[in-house]
Amino acid sequence: MRPFEYVSPNSRSQAIGLLGATWGNIEILAGGTDLLTLMKDDVVTPKRLVNIKDIADLRGISFDAQGLRVGALTSLGELADNENVRKNYPALSEALLEAASPQIRNMATIGGNLCQRPRCWYFRNGLGLLPKDENGKELVAGGENRYHAILGNQGAAKFVSPSTVAPILIAYGAKIRLEGHKGKRELPLEKFFVIPKTENDREHDLRPNEIVTELVVPPASDLKAAHYEIRQKEVFDWPLAVAAVTLKLQGTNVQSSKIVLGYAAPVPWPCPEAERALSGKPVNKETAQKAADAALGKATPLSHNAYKVKLAKVAVTRAILKAAGGAA
Amino acid sequence: MPDYAWPDPDHRTLIGKRTTRVDSPVKVSGEAKYTYDVHRPGMLYGKVLRCPYAHAKIVSIDTSAAEKMPGVKAVQIIQGPGSNIHWAGDEIVVVAAVDEDSAEDAIRAIQVKYQQLPHLVSDAEPPSGSAQEQGPLSMDDIGDMLDNQVPTREMVSQIQRYGLTQKPSEDTLKGLKDDGAPDDVLTALRSATVHPEAGNRPPSNYQKAATQTTGDPDKAFSEAEVVSEGLYGIPVITHCCLETHGSISEWTDQDHVFTHISTQNVSGIAGQMAEPLKIPATNIRVHQDNIGGGFGSKFAPDRWGIFTAEISKKADGKPVRYMLERDAELKVAGARPSAYARVKVAAKKDGTVTAWQSNSWGTGGPGGGGMPPIPYVFSIPNQHLEHTAIRNNIGPARAWRAPNHPQAAVLTMCALDDLAAKLNMDPVEFFGKNLNLTRARENTYREELAIAAELMGWKEKWHPRRQNADGIVRGVGLSFHTWGGRGHASDCDLTIHPDGSVELKMGTQDLGTGTRTCILVVAADTLGIPINAIQLLIGDTNYPPSGGSGGSTTIGGVSSSTRRAAVDARDALLAKVAPALNAQPDQLECKNGQVSVKGDSSRTLSWKEACSKLGAMPLTIRGKNPDRSKPPDLTNSGVGGVQMAEVEVDSDTGIVKVKKMVAVQDCGLIIDLKTAESQCYGALIMGISYSLFEEKVMDQATGRMLNADMQFYRLAGLSDIPELIVHMMTGKGYDERGVIGLGEPPVISPGAAISNAVANAIGVRVPFLPLTPDRVLAALEQKGRA
Repeated sequence: MRPFEYVSPNSRSQAIGLLGATWGNIEILAGGTDLLTLMKDDVVTPKRLVNIKDIADLRGISFDAQGLRVGALTSLGELADNENVRKNYPALSEALLEAASPQIRNMATIGGNLCQRPRCWYFRNGLGLLPKDENGKELVAGGENRYHAILGNQGAAKFVSPSTVAPILIAYGAKIRLEGHKGKRELPLEKFFVIPKTENDREHDLRPNEIVTELVVPPASDLKAAHYEIRQKEVFDWPLAVAAVTLKLQGTNVQSSKIVLGYAAPVPWPCPEAERALSGKPVNKETAQKAADAALGKATPLSHNAYKVKLAKVAVTRAILKAAGGAA
Repeated sequence: MPDYAWPDPDHRTLIGKRTTRVDSPVKVSGEAKYTYDVHRPGMLYGKVLRCPYAHAKIVSIDTSAAEKMPGVKAVQIIQGPGSNIHWAGDEIVVVAAVDEDSAEDAIRAIQVKYQQLPHLVSDAEPPSGSAQEQGPLSMDDIGDMLDNQVPTREMVSQIQRYGLTQKPSEDTLKGLKDDGAPDDVLTALRSATVHPEAGNRPPSNYQKAATQTTGDPDKAFSEAEVVSEGLYGIPVITHCCLETHGSISEWTDQDHVFTHISTQNVSGIAGQMAEPLKIPATNIRVHQDNIGGGFGSKFAPDRWGIFTAEISKKADGKPVRYMLERDAELKVAGARPSAYARVKVAAKKDGTVTAWQSNSWGTGGPGGGGMPPIPYVFSIPNQHLEHTAIRNNIGPARAWRAPNHPQAAVLTMCALDDLAAKLNMDPVEFFGKNLNLTRARENTYREELAIAAELMGWKEKWHPRRQNADGIVRGVGLSFHTWGGRGHASDCDLTIHPDGSVELKMGTQDLGTGTRTCILVVAADTLGIPINAIQLLIGDTNYPPSGGSGGSTTIGGVSSSTRRAAVDARDALLAKVAPALNAQPDQLECKNGQVSVKGDSSRTLSWKEACSKLGAMPLTIRGKNPDRSKPPDLTNSGVGGVQMAEVEVDSDTGIVKVKKMVAVQDCGLIIDLKTAESQCYGALIMGISYSLFEEKVMDQATGRMLNADMQFYRLAGLSDIPELIVHMMTGKGYDERGVIGLGEPPVISPGAAISNAVANAIGVRVPFLPLTPDRVLAALEQKGRA
């Protein structure tokens, strides 16, 4: 086993003090459901693990007129089963229940879910986040890319963002709160995800010396929402497409909407084109399909994943119809 | 002459009934111990350095740093400098250390320099004209064949058929022998024809493996009323044993080895370890209680079986454990060869099939591999077959449950189903019409087809292929299969003690199929005592040798020798008991735990009382099956089965769900109906898994397997398994054939049946398994364009 230092602070400031200025040597341990696997497979090789599970004020769920606040260490299972979440954010609860098996849901944290590393099989085989062979040739574009990105894939990053929960959180307008050396900051969750340009970048805007502290989700009582996943297997399978939709209706027509794709791009992929297409329209199969076509209008599939464009369209169509209360 | 014949239905107490497997409690409670659970005192842990390249030559190896590391007890080079490596993940160096972490650290400290060589990991259709006739073999070819674990029989046949490019020197032969070349291969090399002029031919990845013509296919095609052409295929999948391969070996003294190994072949392992370890097979004890899956991939000790013993010797004989890591298991410890074909079939308008033509290809890794038995089950009168074997760097193939038959079923039954669609005939009618081409099993198939159709509700569910698939659509499909299944050699010792206790020893293994239960059913039924009155000991070379569990040979083998031993033991006991009951031995019977005079219940002894008449010494009888050159008596060969599948396809997403499967199967006399049905249920589940999910994905650029894990090497889960209906053919016409193996047959048809059901549902053939959304959508799109 590669030796590493294990530190277990019990306050945010202690934890932040134990983090470093660059990625690679230090990793943050929360639920560990992803990190420990990556370490066992020698994909990441930290010199220090900072266990944040003993920091009490990173836990807890509260709900009031300002909306939902979720501590970063809240487990997926606890959040899915929370009465306020089930009642006020049912699509989030559903996404959480579909995200993993019960055992994983009880260990994995919501902060960790958003920070988990890509499932790209080149990355998981140790060939890098932006996989290259020994001569520097990119591997994904001409390789086995059936599960890779169909949007936002023009750079070297061709993996898909692995969180199935992020799209619906973004659709609900969630914000993420971070804390680091320079203090606290809050940003819209969709801005948290970034497409890495170099092998040393990460897939999110978390700085190496910051931790995720909290998620804030605004009230959603006026929204209709849906999460829709297409998986080949019923359970224990990564999706081929994810779509999350929130709709604000005026009468029978859509006043505004938020449509976000998962498993389509290196980041959760908001679809303003689809939102515009749907704006002012009644929700039916035809308008939903038009919105889906708009969402994928700029898709750039790779050599083996054109089918994912079709799947993403189906996911968007079905999510819109499901949100509006029709059959998916 | 003792009467070994199976009892008729009126005289069976356990045979053919439903008996719950005897090892259920220990398995569900976790008490059952697998090789993976074995921890020996003072045990060391092995770790292996594996080559990251698909094709390379080893330039140098430096293990000095590893040897000095704390906790490291021994380091051994498996393939040294100069060796050619033919697949990523091949074994280079093994380390034994006090714990796994130390062993892994040591592995990382080893420096190996490789010279990378060009690799091929694709099994795509060979470029036109690329297939070479196999020519004379070089010594490199011979070395490669040994490295690639090509079976001895196959090697000898190739050496005899193709000859050599040079005459091997005695030194070369000695070197080969030291590397583990079997004597038969050395003999073949000595007597091979030499063609020195052939030495300069550049090697090709594509070898012409077969060209066969039967009847007059050209004439038959020119006269055909309907011709259907299609492309079909089934990829390389891995065995993915949930208990990985591996062993724990130790030297109990200077020249004795004790090995725990996960194996399908307890009695056959010692003989394969003897030569490399340079000790007699009698000095090697092999033991296994339970196995967590083999599927044809666990017959040999494998490199790890040998090197755990070798490195144990270096480490003062301490036990050394090496169980493969999950990724290694998927990369190197088992692959089923792929098979693809362009097929053309012809028929008369009335559905009579007249001709078959196929150009097939596939890979079994570095060895290439042979042609599946096509056309399968149906002996079409006019045929032309060509097959190209692709030798590539994906790793060696191993026998996978019913070797070559699932491939043959897909290539044949899908092509015939497309022909039926072109004829606009219901497949039940179409296949039924051509059953005369199945010859020996025609009546069985006819009976099975009718039962399967009834159980599936085929008449209500079948429809002509859809022109336009929209939304969720359903369809049904069917397939036929066959297998041999005669019992293997299997010795056992049955001992009756004077206190009435009974012990049965046999060097067989229970693959999870119910072998323990079936042996006990036969012994208990024959002796007229309950199953729990018999102590059964299996899984050890201390017991009489029994064949490997492969080719569906176990049930016929173990039930026959058990029956023989039990009949002889019973008769010997009755001879001792007869005077006490004032009767002749042939007037006595053993039933319900008693020995009685037939028809006179007043003259009865309890089993215990009867056994006390044996005197001081227990009675031991060796059960032994007749030689395979003789016609079988208690076992037999040849079964037929019919399977049907119903699927639901979401034509928007291409996702296929199997909704129902029906398996109708014969296997002669059934020993335990419950475990026989379980074999079929398990096979259907495995079949659904390879039809929808399984595939060994290779990266062409790096030559590595990308999905050597359980997240992307998908196996069917509980929620992917629908209603399964199993119907076993029993009674007159079946029972009197004797006991026939059932391991392979029911896993052959699911791929073809499910593919045919999808074609029926969406109106177009999805050429290749697994039936993943990308393939289904591509087929639908192509149809839309057509």
